Formats: sequence, C-alpha cells, structure tokens
Amino acid sequence: MRRAFIKAVTRLAEEREDVYLLTGDAGFTILEDFRARFPDRYYNIGIAEAAMVGTAAGLALAGKQVFVYTIAPFATMRCFEQVRVDLCYQKLPVKLVGVGQGVTYGSAGATHHAIEDIGVMRVLPGMTVICPGDPREMAETVRRSISLEGPCYIRLGKSGEPVIHQKEGIDFSIGRGIVLERGERVALIATGNMLPEAVKTAAALKKKGFQPEVISMHTVKPIDAELIEETAGRCALIATLEEHNLIGGLGDAVGGVILEKNLPARLVKFGIPDAYAATAGCQDYLRECFGLGVGQMTEKLLGVLSED
Amino acid sequence: MDSTDQLRETSRRIRKHLVRMHRRGSHFGSAMSIADILTVLFFRVMNIPSPGDPDRDRFILSKGHAASALYATLATKKFFDESVLERYLHDGECLYGHPVAKSLPGVEVSSGSLGHGLAIGVGLALAAKNDGKSYRVFVLMGDGEIQEGSVWETAILADRLRLDNLIAIIDANNLQGFDRVENIQPISTFRRKWEAFGWGVEEVDGHDHAALLEAFGRVPFRPGAPSVIVARTVKGKGVAEMEGRFESHYLSVPADRVEDWLREIDEKS
Repeated sequence: MRRAFIKAVTRLAEEREDVYLLTGDAGFTILEDFRARFPDRYYNIGIAEAAMVGTAAGLALAGKQVFVYTIAPFATMRCFEQVRVDLCYQKLPVKLVGVGQGVTYGSAGATHHAIEDIGVMRVLPGMTVICPGDPREMAETVRRSISLEGPCYIRLGKSGEPVIHQKEGIDFSIGRGIVLERGERVALIATGNMLPEAVKTAAALKKKGFQPEVISMHTVKPIDAELIEETAGRCALIATLEEHNLIGGLGDAVGGVILEKNLPARLVKFGIPDAYAATAGCQDYLRECFGLGVGQMTEKLLGVLSED
Repeated sequence: MDSTDQLRETSRRIRKHLVRMHRRGSHFGSAMSIADILTVLFFRVMNIPSPGDPDRDRFILSKGHAASALYATLATKKFFDESVLERYLHDGECLYGHPVAKSLPGVEVSSGSLGHGLAIGVGLALAAKNDGKSYRVFVLMGDGEIQEGSVWETAILADRLRLDNLIAIIDANNLQGFDRVENIQPISTFRRKWEAFGWGVEEVDGHDHAALLEAFGRVPFRPGAPSVIVARTVKGKGVAEMEGRFESHYLSVPADRVEDWLREIDEKS
C-alpha cells in the first residue's frame, strides 16, 4: 500500500507542479525516489508533527497540494489541534496520510497502533476519511484527493497488501462504497486493511451455503448512506469489519445510518474492543486476540445467522 | 505632518476604534498592546497593494485573541469600511473574537489557539521561496504564546529552511492569563533562546514607531536566517488605568469610561 501510495503521488507530481510531500521523518526506503526527483517539493520536516501540519497549511494557503506523511497515530493525534484549526477550520485541501493502520505495527506496541484515528478524524467538521482497501483503491484515492476542497485523512497499512480488485480501472469515487459481490441475507462491509479479511470470511460463509454481499467502504466519512440502505434491502444482517476501536469507527458510522434511516437490519461490528494490545504480537496474532480472525468472524456470523 | 506624526495619528485612530469595540468582549489590553506594531507594519513596512494581490506580504496574527486590533487596523487601512467595526462580536457577523481566514479582506489565517501561526508562516514563506516570489511573511505572537512547544518545533524548522523572508514579532508585554509572564515561565532569556535556534534577534520598544521602523528596515538581521523582533510593550497601552494590568486581558471597556478614554487617547501625543 505504501508503494501504491508513493507511486501515485509521484505520478501526480509529474503532472502537477503544485504537489508537495512532507514527512515527519518516516518512509525510509519508500520516499527516496520522490525526494531525488522532486527535491524542491519534498521536505523531511523532522520529528515535529505540529510544525509539519502548520507548514502544510501555509503551503496550502499559497495554493499547493500537500501530502503529509507519517505514522498514523502521530499524523492524527500528536498534532490533532493543528489538524483541527489549521486544516479543518481553514478548509484547506491538505492530505494527511497515516501509515500503519490498526495494529499493522504489531509487536511495536500500542504507541504505534492506530486504533482511534478514524474516530478522531471523523468528528472533525469538513474532514474526509478514506481507508483504501487495496493498492488499486489507494492509487485512485491519491488521484482523486486532489479535487477535494477540504482536508482528508488517508489511512494506509504498510507493504504487501494483496490486490483485491482484479481488474484495473475500478469504479472508484470518494464517498461511494464499492460492491465487490452482491449477496443476500448477510453483508460484509469492510474498510481499509480488513477488506481482504472480508473476502476470506465471505468465502468461508459461501462454503456453508450463504451468499454474502461484500462491500469495500473505503470512505468512512462521508459514509455512503445510499449504499447501506440498498444493501439493507437485501441483507438483514450487516457486519462491519475494521481494524479500529469499535467506538467511533466504521461500525458506528454504518450503525448511525441504520438507525437514522430506520433500516430493517441487524448490525454486527467487528473491530477492536476498546482496548490496547495487552501483549506483544504480530498483526495476525493481535487480530485473533481481538476476534478479528477470519475463523472467529465466520463462526460469530454463522451463530447470528442461525438465530434467524 | 511628518511621517511619524502620521503614524501616531493612525495608531490613535486604531486605539480609539478599540475603545469603542471593546465595550463588548475581553482582550482589550492585548489589542492595545499591539496597536503600534500593527500601525508600523500595515502603514509602512508591509507591501499590500490590495488584500487579494498574489505578491502581497502576508500577516499572521498568531496571538488571535487580539483580533480586534487587526480588524481596526484593516479598517483604518480602508480594506473595508470602518463602520463594519461596530459589528464586532455581534450575533451573525464575521467579526469573531479570534480571526477567521478570509472573513474580512486582509485576514489571512484563522487563529486563536496559540502556537499555530509561526508554522503556517513557514509554509507561506517556503512557498514564496520556491515560487520565486519576493513577498515576506510577518507573524505576530504573544510572549505567553511562545511557551507552546510547537513554536520551538517551528523555530528549528525555519532556521534549517533558511527562511530569511520570515519575520516573527513577539509582543512582549510580560503579562499573561494569571500573572506576569516572568512569574509563570521566565522569559528573561528571549534573545539567547532565539539566537540559539539560529534566528536573528532584535529587541525594540514596541510603542516607538521610529524604533520599530528602524528594526523592520534591517531585516533579515542575519543573512539567510529568519528574524525575530522582540517588541517590549505595555498591555493596555494608551489608557493609563489599563496599562500594565493583567486584568485588561479580561475586562471590557465600561460604558461610562468610553468618552474619557477616547479623550485620553486624543490628548496623548
């Protein structure tokens, strides 16, 4: 995902002279090519997130399209108030890019996990929140972020995420979920790096005779209420999948739509149960700790489906 | 009138606006404190042919709580009608207690949370350099404000980027929310701190127009380095019973004092 990101930003920088990339001293082995090709539009601001976001705001006031890249918790929470005042209050089109969504950084520990970032970015007026589900969505996100009038937060993992959309030229627009598979009775709505897990969970449910709908809800804000309504017409059980606290993320966004529109659907939220990782562990291990393993989610859904 | 007489007349006009405006709201003292700095900047130092000119010098009021002084200056500069000032803090109007970018001609940046303006100034100054533009960026901060860590993150950055088109001004009135600044976080080493961070530093009397002009005329103080002017000021300057009182951070102008204070400002040279 990081490679898809930098490739897309590099292409943009080739096309447009106003594209800048700032990093908070993160992105070793990822950003070097950009630095070499665009030395006047690449700045390693150092370990100074508040200064970095403020600088991005100043550049944006001067008409620049600025991508701000660092590890997700530091991009969103260390400098939260700069994001709020300098970017959101001023409606500046700065793209905040957080690396290491959820528990991507595994054994590094919870300082490096981003489990609150979607929540804290969602509550900011005017902030768009995008968690691309695969490298193709990532590339589209970068390309289309340029036309946003206000700030956005782009959440990405690290490297090696699988390509989920098999064909290029996916039908992608910010704020519109993508239906990967149409289904009935049960829908899996995933964001970010849980999209591959949703696909695997859907495959497991298929083996049990179900026909799940699979949706990539890459944009958590604004949430695609229309698609949720449509899906609820086919699926009485909606499951949300996110590597994020169960409070404040995709599940709550979808749940809000279900309640507000009075949709006839039951919601099952998969996410991190309001806790920091209690032990060291790799991403897969921690996912299991939080009930985010494919087997665990499949079992839970089968249980709910059997209640009907 | 010679040049400094005109400036004195301008700052009197701004201060009188402030007395009338501050029948509402707080931060009267904070605004009076910077009236001379703004006068010199907007009427002599900065090049702003019009608020929308792409090559204009940029001004960032980082100590956003003195917004009224910015509004009064911009109105005196005729960027908008002076009658607009009567709507300061009124319901449904755009004269907020802390400035909002583009709410009025000449208001460049939203501020109010301290410690933000300098980094925004760095971004603007960096864009000017890269775009080959000659505009300069002026950022006015409070002396309490520079207790914010983000100021020092940015101080390091501006030095490294060699932004000699960035000029910070510290309104050093030595008063903040609870007490004298020096009793809360000692600031006696302003000069040494900024110099240690690579900046060129000058200290001036922030109410002496000639001294301010002279200092602004010499920036950058060090070749290739950002500059900071430590302007020694008096909170509430212009109204004797408010001068040097930290309460002037909070108090509104009492309705029955307005005429007396206007007269006092007029009578002062």
